Amino acid sequence: MAQRAVAIAPRWPGAAAAALVLVLTIGTLAAVGWRAEWQRGLSPADWAAIRFTVTQALVSAGLSVLLAIPVARALARRQFRGRAALITLMGAPFLLPVVVAVIGLLAVFGRAGVVNSALVWLGLPAISIFGFHGVVLAHVFFNLPLAIRLILQGWLVIPAERFRLAASLNAPVGRLLEWPMLRAVVPGVFLVIFLICLTSFAVALTLGGGPRATTVELAIYQALRFDFDLGRAALLACVQFGLCVLAAAVVWRLSLVDTMGAGLDRTVQRWDLRWPMLDYLMIALVAAFLFTPLAMVVWRGVPGLALLPAEVWAAAGRSVIVAAASALLCTCMALALALRGGRMVAITGVLPLAASGLVVGTGAFLLVYPFINPARLALPVTVLVNATLALPFALRAIGQTVEGIDRDFGRLGASLGLSRWGWVRIVVLPRIRRPLGFGAGLAAALSMGDLGVIALFAGEAQQTLPLAMYRLMGAYRMEAAAGAALMLLALSLAAFWICDRGGRGNADL
Amino acid sequence: MLICEALVIEQDDFRLTADLAFGAGKITALIGPSGAGKSTLLAALAGFLAPASGRVMWQDMDLTAVPPGARPISAIFQDNNLFPHLTIAQNVGLGLRPTWHLTADERACVERALSSVGLAGLGGRKPAALSGGQQSRAALARVLLADRPVVLLDEPFAALGPGLKDEMLDLVQSTLGVAGRTVLMVTHDPDDARRIADQASLVAAGTVSAPVATQAFFEAPSPALSAYLG
Repeated sequence: MAQRAVAIAPRWPGAAAAALVLVLTIGTLAAVGWRAEWQRGLSPADWAAIRFTVTQALVSAGLSVLLAIPVARALARRQFRGRAALITLMGAPFLLPVVVAVIGLLAVFGRAGVVNSALVWLGLPAISIFGFHGVVLAHVFFNLPLAIRLILQGWLVIPAERFRLAASLNAPVGRLLEWPMLRAVVPGVFLVIFLICLTSFAVALTLGGGPRATTVELAIYQALRFDFDLGRAALLACVQFGLCVLAAAVVWRLSLVDTMGAGLDRTVQRWDLRWPMLDYLMIALVAAFLFTPLAMVVWRGVPGLALLPAEVWAAAGRSVIVAAASALLCTCMALALALRGGRMVAITGVLPLAASGLVVGTGAFLLVYPFINPARLALPVTVLVNATLALPFALRAIGQTVEGIDRDFGRLGASLGLSRWGWVRIVVLPRIRRPLGFGAGLAAALSMGDLGVIALFAGEAQQTLPLAMYRLMGAYRMEAAAGAALMLLALSLAAFWICDRGGRGNADL
Repeated sequence: MLICEALVIEQDDFRLTADLAFGAGKITALIGPSGAGKSTLLAALAGFLAPASGRVMWQDMDLTAVPPGARPISAIFQDNNLFPHLTIAQNVGLGLRPTWHLTADERACVERALSSVGLAGLGGRKPAALSGGQQSRAALARVLLADRPVVLLDEPFAALGPGLKDEMLDLVQSTLGVAGRTVLMVTHDPDDARRIADQASLVAAGTVSAPVATQAFFEAPSPALSAYLG
């Protein structure tokens, strides 16, 4: 109602955080744009990379959504034991390091994997997981659960009364209720996944490659690491940025759907249910598709743990430090921005969503290499970039709570004469512990599993666990890689769990 | 005296003028229809709302530009008077000093304030473990402890049942009234004013009328007051 006569929270940390985000997004972009050799134009190979990037993202997003619709419908209308656990687990791929999932997928669909063994036993030709379909498979593996959760949410916001009304009118539920909901929800989900698939470097790095399966980001990486062709890397980074901005602009217009998925634990009573077995079959197939690779990571990883070379342990130590630092920085930035509030901050908070780690990394590389060997900055830059890329998620976790605290208690705080820091320390921090812990956990897990910027910068001596694991895979030491994958999986989940628990511990509000 | 000097408060197309003084050490009831601007006036006095023109004075001190926490004014709002994550003692202690850690002396002061509002021994609880009436008492204890001469009550007891509300009003009189605080109390129930207010003032039709002794206020109501009382 009334405008605030006083601003309670300190303002400069928010400005500092916004400045850092701007430097890392717009600043690196400027570096990239400045170094790009525009007159050179795009080679046929570059065009092939652009085509491949867009095609695989379209197919991945399309398949994810198409498969998700029947599964979401089955979950929306069936009640069974373990349903809640299944839906919760479908949130897990967000925390799952890409390289770990790739190891799991290789164990199932790879050359010596479960599927190929079965095919050979049946006398059928083996399939290959590398190339276009491998990239699509991995993207569907990652994004199908997200699509299911988002579409399930769409199903569950249809009021129960509507189903009752439709039943009493004997009206077709599908055409009357479900089709309009899908038409509203599905385009947004498709675009979000399309955007994710445009920027997923690690999948293309591990499963793509070669002239026919190179994404733009992979081409940037190769131009920078193998050819040291900075002009071309910068040019490709501009292309990648253009792709991301186009997609992000469309997503933004459609307003992002909430990915955290509250209130998915109910089913709506329905009167039009036939074919229960078909629903359960869909659910079982999806569960098998999602959880077999994870089970294989554990199964193959345990014996691999004994084979880990010493440098992998050192890499794991580095990963833990990077994850902790990036989670700390990310939460501080999110808190500073949330306390400051306002439009400018809302924009800086979503800017990283349109940024690709590789573009930011290329820009950072161009900025630092004239002055210092980039490898020496590998870990600090990784911390900065990871914290920035995780910022939108952390900000979304705490933003509304901070606004609510301001609305409910701002006057009380002001009339008590709390100082700016006193307000943060006595009122805000204790009240946002839960979402802050959740946001920190998210940032820590994302950073722990990140294989992007680090691949651009690090040499042997700076490698993190995902990079060490990727190098083991490249050297065909698959048992050791499986061991590293298990360790990485455990570390990511532990990082999330510790932060999230820390936020919950005796927080009675 | 708390003085509104040619005070004009504007919010969108709402406009309230006040040019009057509230006697020091008196309990004044602000009566008027909802939406007339009673809470808005309190917000301006407390410093949450910058007036469009005019001044707010306490004795001969100009408060207009003073931030809320530095005014000689305490407030109890309709809700959210206690931080739910702090204990009652910590909440009350905030009236003394904005920090969590109090000295032994200060803790003893908190305990005395709690017992003066009938909450002895409950300082260790969180607000959620108290009834609505007890929460109001805790807020009152904080105001007592804050020791600022002016207290603004923005219908803090509106959510309580009638018996409990009367009990709280009596407690306001026996604590704040006896301590000589200048109390401004928003209400739309004439009985609240009759119960404890020394004087009453009508907020209606965009103006705040000068306070009149409560008995006279109701015995010879102005036309606007008659319209409101029905």
